Amino acid sequence: MHVELYERIWMWLAGALIVVFLGVVVGTAAMGAIEPPSHIETIDPTALDKSPEFSAPAVKVNADGSVTVSVVAQMFSFTPDPIEVPAGRPVTFRITSADVVHGFQVVGTNANAMAVPGYVSQFTVTFNTAGEYTIACNEYCGVMHHMMAGKVIVKPEAR
Amino acid sequence: MKTNRLAAAHVGVAVAAFGVASSMGVLQGLSVADFNFPQRGESLYYLSVTAHGVLMALVFTTFFIMGLGYALSQAQLGRIVGRRTAWFAFWLALGGTVAAAYTILTGQATVLYTFYPPLQAHPLFYIGATLLIVGSWIWGGVIIASIRSWRREHPGVALPLAMHGTLANIIIWYLATTGLAIEVVVLIIPWSLGWVKTIDPMLARTYFWWFGHPLVYFWLLPAYGLWYTVMPRIAGGRLFSDRLARMVFILFVVLSTPVGFHHQFADPGISANWKLAHTITTFAILFPSFVTAFTVIASLEVAGRLKGATGLFNWIGKLPWGDPLFASLALAMLAFTFGGFGGAINAAYAMNSMVHNTAWIMGHFHLTLGTTAALSFMGGTYWLLPRILGRELRLTSLARVQPYLWFLGMSFFSISYHIAGLRGLPRRVYSGALTGELGGAWHGLTQIAAIGGVILFVSALCYVAVVVATMATGRRIDTPPFEFAVPLVPVAAPGLWDRFGLWTVVAIGLVLLAYAYPILTLIGHTRYGSPPFQPF
Repeated sequence: MHVELYERIWMWLAGALIVVFLGVVVGTAAMGAIEPPSHIETIDPTALDKSPEFSAPAVKVNADGSVTVSVVAQMFSFTPDPIEVPAGRPVTFRITSADVVHGFQVVGTNANAMAVPGYVSQFTVTFNTAGEYTIACNEYCGVMHHMMAGKVIVKPEAR
Repeated sequence: MKTNRLAAAHVGVAVAAFGVASSMGVLQGLSVADFNFPQRGESLYYLSVTAHGVLMALVFTTFFIMGLGYALSQAQLGRIVGRRTAWFAFWLALGGTVAAAYTILTGQATVLYTFYPPLQAHPLFYIGATLLIVGSWIWGGVIIASIRSWRREHPGVALPLAMHGTLANIIIWYLATTGLAIEVVVLIIPWSLGWVKTIDPMLARTYFWWFGHPLVYFWLLPAYGLWYTVMPRIAGGRLFSDRLARMVFILFVVLSTPVGFHHQFADPGISANWKLAHTITTFAILFPSFVTAFTVIASLEVAGRLKGATGLFNWIGKLPWGDPLFASLALAMLAFTFGGFGGAINAAYAMNSMVHNTAWIMGHFHLTLGTTAALSFMGGTYWLLPRILGRELRLTSLARVQPYLWFLGMSFFSISYHIAGLRGLPRRVYSGALTGELGGAWHGLTQIAAIGGVILFVSALCYVAVVVATMATGRRIDTPPFEFAVPLVPVAAPGLWDRFGLWTVVAIGLVLLAYAYPILTLIGHTRYGSPPFQPF
């Protein structure tokens, strides 16, 4: 196939640019273990009240000092609210929904996952800056969707 | 040449849907910015988001693409084989659209155009949408029958380029809508009728995005077709490379579907490695768009130089910026340079967490669907109408201004929402103030976006006025000929990029590779279904 020289050069450059983009994505994924929340775990959304964890979702400090937060999203609130966590320590969020699909986005951070009924979303973040953060539901979930918000209070590490 | 009432009927429905959806869009922009107006309310807002999404993304686009396909088939192949079947498909699709629209407008289907279960709409919403899709399948069959008939008479001749693009798009559409059909027919309709009590929301989402991303290429390819085959002609140039245009269309056939997980990065239930695999195919699909940028712009440079331009850039000034079709397509391309790079950010696996489901996404797809595809279709309408109706275009001064107004309005709208999204504004909220505490971070931005929305609405009114005036009162003329760009190097015989059978098999293989294992894994878990909810 005959291709003009300039077009040939352009295609090589475009290909190289895509390889660089992908190199960054795959490189950070492989070396920094940076990946989107992709936990696989199922749960009965109609029986959350019988789940030891999600019948009373709460903040739990583990033996190694890390923190696990279980969250139930439902029209039109998050439980628990507010969520109090320490700064500078890994916090693992475990989120599920009691009704429709919700979003769980801690505004101003990269904590952003879907809350899907029947499944548990799980990811770990570290809040380095103390303060109050808003949790916004970012998936349409009904007529009061825009009012569905919560709070994360990050307390300075007591040393 | 005769008029083409079939094509005109499709374009008419498309423009009607566009008009209704536009008026809803402007009110949504005002609502997010907390401008009060009579009847403003939560229920009506989410209802209108649903109507805007369905009418723009599924009705305006699909009907316009079907109409354009019939017009091109008549123009390039000299035939539409199965006209009566085509009219049947038209009425089927229109009937389905009216049924779905009825459930939306009466508040029984406020589930947005993504209709994620366990939100549940009235069964007629899903059935109506299915009839629209079935109508489009029959459209594809009519076009394929026309191509086969033409090929029998022209052995050893490559398919004319615009029809090559149309056929590629039909294959993409069949691949994409297979996922949607499984979701709606197997999972949702039995559940919405109460025959099945529960549904797995993750499985439904996965089938939806099998369809949801190739859908954007279904919108994009007709725009590319106009850029490659019509735009250089209007500008007075030549198509720089016919062969590469064919390669581009085929690459979309191969790559458009195995990419859906980049819409599901934030979802549970799908492993990180499969999400990464879809990221790689998503980036690969940037390549044909890069090639398109070169070929189309080089074709336009040829046009400028044929008109006597000599310097490095002054050929740009020689282009017909006052022609409504040319201006629409050129601004659509410009929007796509920004929209395309934004898309690369959305698809970037880790960076996606910063923008997922924020207003950034609204800003993004109003550049790609809302400008690249929509503005190309609007320009395409100005080009089609005289040729399919046999009527002179009316209100041409409005048609000349309209593309620039659209681009201006969209700039305000899209830039504001991109920034607001980075600051954390979620998409699709009735009020940007949310619960009242955070609104400050994006307050001015939502208001600028609303001003953009008003400008867009004025532009939309201009477009609808031109179409209605032309259809009703345009002076009757002999239909002008359809003229397509001539390639610099003419294509003689069909080559590798004309082998649709081969490439379709490759594409099906890639879809199976990308989806079989993740879906089997999903089905293999102990799963608990969700009962329906109607919180609207």
